[in-house]
Amino acid sequence: MNNQLIEVKDLCKYFPAGKGNTLKAVDHVNLTINRGETLGLVGESGCGKTTCGRTILKLYQPTAGQVIFDGKDISGLKGKELLKFKKRAQIIFQDPYSSLDPRMTIGEIIAEGMDVHCNYNKKERDAKVAELLNSVGMKEDYANRFAHELSGGQRQRVGIARALAVDPDFIVCDEPISALDVSIQAQVVNLLIKLQRERGLTYLFISHDLSMVRHISDRVGVMYLGSLVEMTGSGEIFAHPLHPYTKVLMSAIPVADPEANGSEEELEIKGEVPSPVHAPSGCKFRTRCSYATDICAQEVPELREVTEGHFVACHHCGESGEQQKNA
Amino acid sequence: MQNIPIEKFQITGLNENSMEAASRPQVGYLRDAWMRLRKNKVATASLILLFVIVLMVMIGPKLSGYAFEQIDKTARNAAPCAKHWFGTDKLGRDIFARVWISGRVSLTIGVLGALICAVIGCIYGGIAAYFGGAVDTVMMRIVEILISVPYLIVVIVFSLVLQSKGILTLILAMTITGWCTMARFVRAQMLAIKNEEYILAAQALGVRPWKVILRHMIPNTLSTVIVSITFDIPGYIFSEAFLSYIGLGIQPPNTSWGVMASSAQSVFTFYPYQLFFPAVMIALTMLCFTLLGDGLRDALDPKLRK
Repeated sequence: MNNQLIEVKDLCKYFPAGKGNTLKAVDHVNLTINRGETLGLVGESGCGKTTCGRTILKLYQPTAGQVIFDGKDISGLKGKELLKFKKRAQIIFQDPYSSLDPRMTIGEIIAEGMDVHCNYNKKERDAKVAELLNSVGMKEDYANRFAHELSGGQRQRVGIARALAVDPDFIVCDEPISALDVSIQAQVVNLLIKLQRERGLTYLFISHDLSMVRHISDRVGVMYLGSLVEMTGSGEIFAHPLHPYTKVLMSAIPVADPEANGSEEELEIKGEVPSPVHAPSGCKFRTRCSYATDICAQEVPELREVTEGHFVACHHCGESGEQQKNA
Repeated sequence: MQNIPIEKFQITGLNENSMEAASRPQVGYLRDAWMRLRKNKVATASLILLFVIVLMVMIGPKLSGYAFEQIDKTARNAAPCAKHWFGTDKLGRDIFARVWISGRVSLTIGVLGALICAVIGCIYGGIAAYFGGAVDTVMMRIVEILISVPYLIVVIVFSLVLQSKGILTLILAMTITGWCTMARFVRAQMLAIKNEEYILAAQALGVRPWKVILRHMIPNTLSTVIVSITFDIPGYIFSEAFLSYIGLGIQPPNTSWGVMASSAQSVFTFYPYQLFFPAVMIALTMLCFTLLGDGLRDALDPKLRK
């Protein structure tokens, strides 16, 4: 059996941005996600992480490219086939306040997916809701409550339970922790890890919190302005970032140990993120990159394998790596 | 720090679930709203008063023993007394009977007008919001054109064209442009709801579009629509009263609160009670509907649940 659960090929999602402009939210992204692993997707706000996740789930119709889920191209799916895909691929949303219908009880919210995909009678349905609530660490009598009676962390767990209700294989976690405070973040992430172990789930974990991504991910992809700039194992990317953008990102992670300070120099980044409507030609990062040369403006760098399992989209990454070693 | 062997640690039994106790009995959304409405004393009083008015409108004309168009030549412009509880008008007609018969017309116009507008407005606004884009633009421009036509002109044109000034003509004339405000309102509501993540979540779960509209979009709009209906009803009652008052509405021998007030106005200084009773009925009904609408808005919002 193929180890890859999801293969994304040249995925593009453009939005019309008025006056004939297009906003390239996702621009030729290639990635694969193996069964049972967690792929972290990081990048700053507005770089297309969320759009990428939603397009993979076919919540947005891709402009170009393919998403192959378990050997099947999902772009042409319709009717029952599409429903089958939706049963297997789910999403957890960022904002726990807008992702739950204020007029439905928690039980109804969780059961919504079951009503579509499973033919349970009322008793089975209630039992399943109670079981799901328990598995996300909540008591079953929460089923009769309304969403506004719960705290942010509890709401997010309800969101997780709703996604789990249809027994999916793959879940896009779309910044599930960014709206929560720090103590609750850890609870939710650990819950996600626990559920992954129990149910053999595959995650696409979208976040801008690098330390959390390091904690949960097996591999990490870094996005900049709609393109994937670097992708490798999560240990490798934090130890040896190759793309200039990734290096800056990594140097921005706060270090918890005050005594360890000073060993790493803090890299700075020039200027602002360019508008995705008028992205720079060639390498999109070149306007802010200190290594940029002529070739960066002319050619779009391909994502290439520099060392084993380490993909970088940069014309200079080999050299810059050497530069760093020499220094 | 010393190294403490892990065996020395033990879980003291802090159970997360035990902190999250407190449960409530299972109640549906509507029953819950009903319970909250009943706790609101002002709204409950309004509801009871409205119920009494409706009851009286149904049985009231029979209580006094006079028909509403029956003329008592011996008692013209009689003050309220044991024989004529609310007095009589200048033709000697019993005001008590007339007030309730008028109520039938006024309430029918109010409720029917508001309901018709709500239904048309919901469908129109819902379609505009759901399809969006060019459909939305065209539909909303039509609404704006209709809204800009003064409704007095519409009423006059309708009564000329249909050659009648009955209750149906009035309802038709008032609703022909009246639904536009509701359509705008519903569209705005639905547009806001359409962007909520729970709609996206339902789509991700594979819930069919019509079910998304039925289970999420309509219930989340409905409470505001119900509230705005209760606010619209007094508006229609008042419009009818106003139109009848200036002579464009209900024609004799039929009567409504507006007609009664209009005919009592000429003799107001001598017989103030002739104006008093229909005016009080208009005021009471409008107040009750407004207060009830206020209470409903609070009751239908689950965020206010205690």
